[in-house]
Amino acid sequence: MKPQTIESSQETVSPPSRRRVNRVIEAMPPSGIRKFFDLVMGRPNVVSLGVGEPDFVTPWHICDAGIHSLEMGKTSYSSNQGITELREEIAAYLKRVHQAEYNPADQIIVTVGGSEALDLAFRAVLEPGDQALVVDPSFVSYAPLAAMAGGEPVRVATTQEEGFTPRIEDLERATTERTRAIIVNYPNNPTGATITQEKLEAIAQFTLDHDLILISDEMYHPLTYEGTSPTFAALPELRDHLILVHGFSKAWAMTGWRMGFTAGPVDIINGMLKIHQYCMMCASTPSQFAALEALRHGADEVEKMRREYDARRRFVVHHFNRIGLDCPTPYGAFYAFPSIRSTGLSSEDFAQRLLERENVAVVPGTAFGECGEGHIRCSYATSMADLRKAMQRIESFVQSL
Amino acid sequence: MPLRAQILETLQRDARLTAAEIAVMTGSDEKTVTAEIEALEKEGVILAYKTLVDPERTQSKVTCLIEVSVQPERGSGFDSIAERVYRFPEVKTVFLVSGGYDLLVMVEGDAIRDIADFVTDKLSTLPNVRSTASHFLLKKYKEMGTILVEHRERERMPVSP
Ligand SMILES: Cc1ncc(COP(=O)(O)O)c(C=O)c1O
Repeated sequence: MKPQTIESSQETVSPPSRRRVNRVIEAMPPSGIRKFFDLVMGRPNVVSLGVGEPDFVTPWHICDAGIHSLEMGKTSYSSNQGITELREEIAAYLKRVHQAEYNPADQIIVTVGGSEALDLAFRAVLEPGDQALVVDPSFVSYAPLAAMAGGEPVRVATTQEEGFTPRIEDLERATTERTRAIIVNYPNNPTGATITQEKLEAIAQFTLDHDLILISDEMYHPLTYEGTSPTFAALPELRDHLILVHGFSKAWAMTGWRMGFTAGPVDIINGMLKIHQYCMMCASTPSQFAALEALRHGADEVEKMRREYDARRRFVVHHFNRIGLDCPTPYGAFYAFPSIRSTGLSSEDFAQRLLERENVAVVPGTAFGECGEGHIRCSYATSMADLRKAMQRIESFVQSL
Repeated sequence: MPLRAQILETLQRDARLTAAEIAVMTGSDEKTVTAEIEALEKEGVILAYKTLVDPERTQSKVTCLIEVSVQPERGSGFDSIAERVYRFPEVKTVFLVSGGYDLLVMVEGDAIRDIADFVTDKLSTLPNVRSTASHFLLKKYKEMGTILVEHRERERMPVSP
């Protein structure tokens, strides 16, 4: 079965006498991804590099643990924070991989994907009018989530030259007395960028200097190439200011299970837990058992997928550069973010014309913020056969310009 | 991971990749990869490049798995009797296994008749064969790590954040 869209109802609503939808929500622009999704749907034979999730199915032993939990009748709510064994396993993982000690009793919450953890973080930290620094380009949810939490997202520009990490002077310039939080994401969606230890420490120092809360989305942390990625959690001086967001969607190929987690200082986690307990109760119980298996026995499968992404990564970077689309080497996640400036087209035009002419879907960089202009995001969580086809088609598209 | 292991892993996923492509995918160069593949072939690490075909779509052959109990020979153990079996061209696979029997033999023929003839005339009459038990293959679900039955399409959204 292919994903289907359902026609939205076209009925016209007469102007209501009273406001019916919250002004912040109503003013929020629809996601740039959504627009492209609509363009792609209904076109046959599209090769898509637009997908932000693994092409692998969840490793079978993880599915099996989920199925087994259902057979054992694990169909009730779990504790609000998540099942104890899973929180303990997460704490052990964070200690092992992020060199960070978190108490599973009061410093970890199992969430409905990393998405919920991000929402909890903004809502627990921001008050009306508080500002949150959001690196540009970045994952599509950050700015809207900050705004829906009542805060005001403030975008901080980055460039390819700076490796898509913010310069400290730009962070300083964007900071006011209303700034409360900053959110960063390395390895990064959409750029594939990782961060150096030096820059990481500088951002940590900046956070401490201004007494901010740093939300670090380390969703792609297990997926790095040619070396590992430094983690904010490993900095002891930052611990009291750090909300770590992580999850199983990407590295363990578990997007549909909706499994994420967050770790942080006791007071903030306690605040996040209040929101979670009222709006979510708990994450899906069978998914929690699957996640437990993923942490206990999933490392080999993650490594196998990582190696395959790595081979594809080298393949796409090589071909983009060969075609003449300057492609900075991505060292993490599963995205390449080549520059299309040499074509003279805007990101949006490039993506739209590429789709119309060659049936290849990519996401314009501008879907992730203004600084994405001049780039397209290409996911290599795509089979080699499709990548090969896509690169041939992109080449003939670029030559036709 | 050493280049050798990377090349083998890459080729086992897709044997049609060129040395140039493998070089790109492993961060090496074409010359080194070509030399390494030649060495792997020469050393007998890489034995063949074959195509895995879905038998359901080409089906004409009959396949039979035969459990064979044999009397091993002094000096050569199971090897000489195994050779007597694997030299037959209709024999596609021969494994020596532990447990209730010794050789697991996979045989292919055009019809059940051919396999029956093979077992009665050629196999069970070999001097050291004590007994055989034949199982005709009805359906293949998975072979060499590839699942053959489901051509399920992934239901990923074509564009997502
Ligand atoms: C950077 C980043 N953070 C968070 C998420 C949310 O993932 P999930 O809610 O599936 O854990 C995504 C998914 O695309 C992402 O790319």
